Amino acid sequence: MTGTPTAAAPTGRHIPDRLVAPAARALKSWESLLLAVAVAIFIANSFASPYFLDPWNLSDASFNFTEKALIAFAMAMLIIAGDIDLSVASIIALASTAMGAAMVAGASTPLLVATGIGTGLLAGAFNGLLVARFALPSIVVTIGTMSLFRGLSFIVLGDKAYTGYPPAFSWFGQGYVWWVFSFELALFAAMAVLFAILLHRTNFGRAVYAIGNNATAARFSGLRVGRVRFILFLLTGLMSGIAAICLTARLGSTRPSIATGWELEVVTMVVLGGVSILGGSGSIPGVVIAALVMGLVTFGLGLLNVPGIVMSIIIGLLLISVIALPRLWARLRRT
Amino acid sequence: MTALLKSREVILALAIALLLVLIASRFPAFVTPGNLARVFTDTSPLIILALGQMAVILTKCIDLSVAANLALCGMVAALANGAGLPLPLILLAALALGAALGAINGLLVWKLEIPSIVVTLGTMTVFRGIIFVLTDGRWINAHQMSDGFKAFPRTVLLGLPVMGWIALVAVAGFAVLVNRTPLGRALFAVGGNPHAAVYTGISVGRTQFAAFVISGAMAGFTGYLWVARYAVAYVDIAGGFELDVVAACVIGGIAIAGGAGSVAGAVMGALFLGIVKNALPVIGVSPFWQMAISGAAILVAIAFNARNSRPQGRIILKSAEHRT
Repeated sequence: MTGTPTAAAPTGRHIPDRLVAPAARALKSWESLLLAVAVAIFIANSFASPYFLDPWNLSDASFNFTEKALIAFAMAMLIIAGDIDLSVASIIALASTAMGAAMVAGASTPLLVATGIGTGLLAGAFNGLLVARFALPSIVVTIGTMSLFRGLSFIVLGDKAYTGYPPAFSWFGQGYVWWVFSFELALFAAMAVLFAILLHRTNFGRAVYAIGNNATAARFSGLRVGRVRFILFLLTGLMSGIAAICLTARLGSTRPSIATGWELEVVTMVVLGGVSILGGSGSIPGVVIAALVMGLVTFGLGLLNVPGIVMSIIIGLLLISVIALPRLWARLRRT
Repeated sequence: MTALLKSREVILALAIALLLVLIASRFPAFVTPGNLARVFTDTSPLIILALGQMAVILTKCIDLSVAANLALCGMVAALANGAGLPLPLILLAALALGAALGAINGLLVWKLEIPSIVVTLGTMTVFRGIIFVLTDGRWINAHQMSDGFKAFPRTVLLGLPVMGWIALVAVAGFAVLVNRTPLGRALFAVGGNPHAAVYTGISVGRTQFAAFVISGAMAGFTGYLWVARYAVAYVDIAGGFELDVVAACVIGGIAIAGGAGSVAGAVMGALFLGIVKNALPVIGVSPFWQMAISGAAILVAIAFNARNSRPQGRIILKSAEHRT
């Protein structure tokens, strides 16, 4: 496997099976660089604050990335296929409002969950229909639905809020599965595995890469491009609906301004995870590590009493520099 | 005649006229010249930013940092006023700072070839964060601003406040820039067919850089106007305004894929949103409807764009597939 010449072919030049050994390639990959960054931040944090290494603190900290990461998995696949969905945070607002209305109407907890998931699927289907069926550019469609979905939520709620969700429902945002492992953290882990299998081990996943690299060629090789793109939007809507359930349950209330600006953080997470914004490349493990990095940075800075908006500067700089530095490095090496 | 009816600008103008007639049929006071001037002045920031955004979108890019740029320059203008700087210098400083912030976006897009959506998503949060760092989150209120600083955009000349006049000057200047200068042609060429643009000797990156500088300068100058008119500056002013600006361009028929659009379209797209926003309280609809309406308007506009998928506006360098 490592390219050693076999005895049967002693003559001629040695041609290796692979130009770079798999282990060396894995070491040089974006994911391992990111992992090194994550470990460095982890160590720096544990020196910077004595409260960092407490399991309960770490568990609390996981809440600030799990919900976004759930959406980021689906968004990663969507971006790999060459599309983008900027309406995810607005889908959260709409799904949360729908759940609030259902609660006021006296719905039970299973029905609330079904409402959240159903609203997410409907919103995703609407995006998918416009993009895949009517061939409209996804960036403008989702800028439009971003206003539309949150706008609907504003029409229903105005400056009011839904509160008083049943305790059984709160479990989805505040409950623990075992010891310090919250339901959200368990869901994050399960979804990470599911999406990694879907993207890296199924025909569907290969179709996503093919479409992202060359949608026309993918169509000519027999892939149902429109259907795959529709399913990806549906999936993103579904994950936004699930994130809405977790977030609403955790906050215990619904306002139309819920999750404002999350679309940017989700896209940042995906891009930080090494997914090319132009489509065609990226991986789920990368997104998982990026979620951990963002969570650790936010949590560490929070322990040091850095205000939230300064953290957002750091996230913004992180987004630009992780893309800029490799390109800058390549430029310097060329000249 | 049918060609005229198919033109984007004519249809949009008819839609705006229809909207005004509908409102006027029940609330005649809305269409008095005085009130229309007020609506136009209120829409001025949106018009100015939509023009800058149009330059960027023409080159296949997008600038999501305009609202943050506006807020930062507005805050710096207010701080400069507090430090006693004379008004002309403040105007110049706002313009220059806006252009510099735009240049940062432009350089990252040009020299490092980072997709503009990523760059401006990042700089958007960074610019807003810088306001917080500058002020520790404090507000600058009306009583901390000098009278001259606040009065300039509101001074009425010939029935229209200076802010409205500035928007008119910007529209006129932009029409000349886009239709009569080499840079204007380059904007269309780069967006219409980048490869062909390179062969005709136009630098794609340099043109995109220029578009970002223009967009940034306009946002910076508007920052002063905004802060002086509303007489308050804080971290979150014009929050989410970048989406209104993009929406105005999309409604105005600026193709998001670049290379097609017109100044008249962008201005009317902005006016459409401005009229809706100002009419809602008049006709007794809760202002909370505005967001959903502008979202629906964007979707209708792009669906409409796609229906006559024949490229609209000026296409300078045709690609082979475009021949029909």
